Amino acid sequence: MKTDDLIGLLSNQVTRVERGAVARRIASTLALGALGSVILMSVVFGVRHDLASVARTAIFWAKLAYPSVIAVGALLAVMRLGRPGARPGYAWALIALPFVAVWAGGLFVLDAAPPGERLSLVLGHTWHTCPFNIALLSVPTFPAAFLAVRSLAPTQLRLAGAVAGLLASSMATIAYCLHCPEMSPAFWSVWYALGMWIPAAIGAWLGERLLRW
Amino acid sequence: MDEDRAIVALAGFGHAGPINEEPGVLLAATAAEREHEPSSRHPAKRGTVVQEAESRLKALFVRGLDGDADAYRSFLQALTRHLRGFLRRRIPQYRDDVEDLVQEVLLAVHNARHTYRPDEPLTAWLHAIARYKLMDFYRARSHRESLNDPLDDYAELLADTDDEPAHARHDIAKLLDRLPDKQRLPIVHMKLEGLSVTETARITGLSESAVKVGVHRGLKALAALIRGTP
Repeated sequence: MKTDDLIGLLSNQVTRVERGAVARRIASTLALGALGSVILMSVVFGVRHDLASVARTAIFWAKLAYPSVIAVGALLAVMRLGRPGARPGYAWALIALPFVAVWAGGLFVLDAAPPGERLSLVLGHTWHTCPFNIALLSVPTFPAAFLAVRSLAPTQLRLAGAVAGLLASSMATIAYCLHCPEMSPAFWSVWYALGMWIPAAIGAWLGERLLRW
Repeated sequence: MDEDRAIVALAGFGHAGPINEEPGVLLAATAAEREHEPSSRHPAKRGTVVQEAESRLKALFVRGLDGDADAYRSFLQALTRHLRGFLRRRIPQYRDDVEDLVQEVLLAVHNARHTYRPDEPLTAWLHAIARYKLMDFYRARSHRESLNDPLDDYAELLADTDDEPAHARHDIAKLLDRLPDKQRLPIVHMKLEGLSVTETARITGLSESAVKVGVHRGLKALAALIRGTP
């Protein structure tokens, strides 16, 4: 087919591009993924029994804010990475800020604790399962995040894949917060971070394969 | 300033877009540009020319997004001229592949058109897509060339004539036949025969939204077929 014919094919009966249609579809895809994570969490791990009383403490909301802000940053970054020529800009700051804040909080807690208790503050009771639990809860959100990015036009595939993975794992972490009994920033700073980075690394690895267009 | 001049000036994609990680892409094209375009030797003048072409192209493209087929066709025709100039300078060693790559970028621009926001410079958006497809081309090239070692098989060297890949690899009409009916028929009726969505829906027995989805998915699948064709 000659290029002129292709131009004819592309422009003939071209339909109007609905503004916001893609954003709506992405929102519903991600919501479905998040719902999947919450269901998986309640079936496999169970909602923590003291949730009602814990929900009245500030530390619970600080814990929830940690993956939530990362998720917002990752969503903004991924939407921009999905548009050719756009740069994530301040979305990076939004992703970095919670990690830095929790690391600072963790150091502060460790500094205040007696030396003998520091290790147990970091390891908590669930350090050996926590990152893998978060990775498991990312199973529903991961394809949702990749579908979302695929409906856009990413040009930096590995980066877009990594951020999509982070979006998936941070949403999964929000769901995991409803189960996880660990309440120390020293714990979150290591194991939650690791749990979020594993799917991000997988996303970077799969990006080149799954996001090509 | 006539249209062709403006177009030639823009062929270098002379917009310092935020994603322009390779200034060489821009500079190489711009340097070549100046030899053909004495009036734009002055940077300020050249900037004005690029600005004019950007706003003209953008006006056409934005009307195209609203469903204006004539404006969209004019946009694609102008873009094709830019792309040819740009790619001929970027890959002089692969002259026969230029037209294929032009077609691939046109299809990519079309399939990604919903990601453009009118508050952003169109040139940056177009350049990012052209660059993405060019990188893809380089990747495929180096892979293929590393596999085709002529020392292993002399016949292979002779079997491959110069212009064959340009025709065989990207014959979009042939690739169209490989799509499933619910994608192929909407494209054939709407895009080749120029029928409306309603008429296409009546002929194919599909719903109107299924026709639109079929065209959309079919063109994406077509791009994937082009990519996957060795």
